[in-house]
Amino acid sequence: MPSRSKQEWRDTTLEKTLKRSPERQERFEISSGTEIDDLYAPDDLEGIDYDEALGYPGEYPFTRGIQPNMYRGRLWTMRQYAGFADAEESNKRYRYLLEQGQTGLSIAFDLPTQIGYDSDHEMARGEIGKVGVAIDTLADMEVLFEDIPLDKVSTSMTINATAPILLAMYIALAKKQGIDPKELNGTIQNDILKEYIARGTYIFPPRPSMRLITDIFKYCGEEVPRWNTISISGYHIREAGSTAAQELAFTLANGITYVQAAIDAGLDVDDFAARLSFFFAAYGNLFEEVAKFRAGRRLWAKIMRERFEAKEPRSWMLRFHTQTCGHTLTAQQPTNNVIRTTIQALAAVLGGTQSLHTNSYDEAYATPSEEAVTVALRTQQLLAYETDVANAVDPLGGSYLVESLTNTLEEEAQNYIQKIDTLGDALAAIEQGFPQREIQESSYRTQMDIESEKKVVVGVNKFVSPYPKITGLLRFDPQIAIKQKEGLAQVKQNRDSATVSAALDKLEKVATGTENTMPAILECVEAYATIGEVCDVLRRVFGEQKEFLAF
Amino acid sequence: MEDKIRVLIAKPGLDGHDRGAKLVARILRDAGMEVIYSGLRQTPEMIAEAALQEDVQVVGLSILSGAHMEVFPATIQQLKDRGLENVALVAGGIFPEEDVPALKQMGIKAIFGPGSSSQEIVDSLKKAVAEKAN
Repeated sequence: MPSRSKQEWRDTTLEKTLKRSPERQERFEISSGTEIDDLYAPDDLEGIDYDEALGYPGEYPFTRGIQPNMYRGRLWTMRQYAGFADAEESNKRYRYLLEQGQTGLSIAFDLPTQIGYDSDHEMARGEIGKVGVAIDTLADMEVLFEDIPLDKVSTSMTINATAPILLAMYIALAKKQGIDPKELNGTIQNDILKEYIARGTYIFPPRPSMRLITDIFKYCGEEVPRWNTISISGYHIREAGSTAAQELAFTLANGITYVQAAIDAGLDVDDFAARLSFFFAAYGNLFEEVAKFRAGRRLWAKIMRERFEAKEPRSWMLRFHTQTCGHTLTAQQPTNNVIRTTIQALAAVLGGTQSLHTNSYDEAYATPSEEAVTVALRTQQLLAYETDVANAVDPLGGSYLVESLTNTLEEEAQNYIQKIDTLGDALAAIEQGFPQREIQESSYRTQMDIESEKKVVVGVNKFVSPYPKITGLLRFDPQIAIKQKEGLAQVKQNRDSATVSAALDKLEKVATGTENTMPAILECVEAYATIGEVCDVLRRVFGEQKEFLAF
Repeated sequence: MEDKIRVLIAKPGLDGHDRGAKLVARILRDAGMEVIYSGLRQTPEMIAEAALQEDVQVVGLSILSGAHMEVFPATIQQLKDRGLENVALVAGGIFPEEDVPALKQMGIKAIFGPGSSSQEIVDSLKKAVAEKAN
């Protein structure tokens, strides 16, 4: 402990300075609006027990990292989310990224694929291949992964309501490549709760959706044991406007609900908990973000050990992917986005992420061009190889500020989780519009802060200047949609329709009962049933969910 | 006293990016307008039908999926089919610059991209309504 307290310093040394020149803001805040102090000192960490609050890396409560040596052993996985137009174009982009040294694939699907409409459905009008690759049947997946051996890559698929179908296609494809599904590595997002809260690509009502998710947990536990069966995502919650504490809280509350659902479905917590993964956003509030990641690890470890009584240390670990924040990228002076992304990526790495996507500078305009996505990947490589940030574990651990913020974020998140517990669970809270309203409120406040210039956005509300236009934006060839529909028609013509109908009928029976849906879905996709056909069966059995509108 | 401007904020297309739509809806409400928010995944038919039922003067279309060049003309057609030529149409989202003239051409009165301010949106809407009324 220092010889004088922080307050004594304030009353003497600081006081004199403040008399001469006041601070440039009345208040300094973190994203939740909580005020932060001018200085953090040993007083702020008084009474904190190192073992209990931090521990060593690779040990409970994992505040300092889930692996003992973190990036000294293996760097984080550099995983750029990509996918556009048709399977052929996307395949080219994947192979390009792998050649450039990317270490994992991350598949973006178009919206019809995500919401269970075939490319020839009326709802797919104008959407085919727009925000990701269009997949109608296994035939598209075969093209998507051409010359990419599935046992040599780990593949993350941003897919939720239709996750069982896409996963089934991936398994079917592996079998065709002669690969044992037990060898497959990857992740499906499969997080329906945050779809209701923020992202919007749900199809079915919550209860049957939760069943599909626990069916996947069960199935993969036996058949695809290395697969990460869910990526519980705060990213979209944050992008929709939440604060850091809300992002953490709503994500972990969703996590609690999934764990409880799996336990209720008869699974042993230690049989699936190690396959749960998380996905967070990284903002430019560097220290707050690092604190969020550290607080998240500590909070989840406690939840899993104390609340769910998991016995295996692996079940206690919060493993997560991070993406830099798309919402902060500006159309104005777009080259500034490279710098924003760099700082956000730094926050993710200092926070101990397992994998990272860095956004491209042209994302306020379009799906990234090859040039822009290369700069984004180079940003990560630069951090990894040209700086020293990966050389010691949890480099900001022990910082008075970061430890204090870690405590603050944990406490604020915990308060929200308690509130959600009193509402029932995350699902009940969503049905009542609670997280949606909280997020909207934060989003509104941020917007007002930007408009009043309380929050400065360089190049937008301050330091505005003319800027050169970005060139080489990706444009879509309208032929893609036509080609996709033709391909679909061809598959429908060439497949054995009796096998398809039999598989769909079987799925309907299974879905109506309680048996695991995954084997029946696998059978459907192997017969080249379309995503729309499989979803139509499930829509008939489960019904469709309307928006939980909280406005 | 002047009647309140009635606005439908609608999300055509399949994307779930509703941060902007909800913000704008709230901003317009704060500005004294009567705002109806449609929710996600509205087809052109649903939007036109809601515009008719709710008797709005303005429809604000928010879309970020890139489907605007197909979804907007279809919406305009649906409005026409219901005799709603007097409803002013505005749009928010991400629109490639080369699409803007075509969007204006098809009758979108104002287009709000990233960085548009509340004041700008409120003023443009009032202006669009006034123009349609004349």
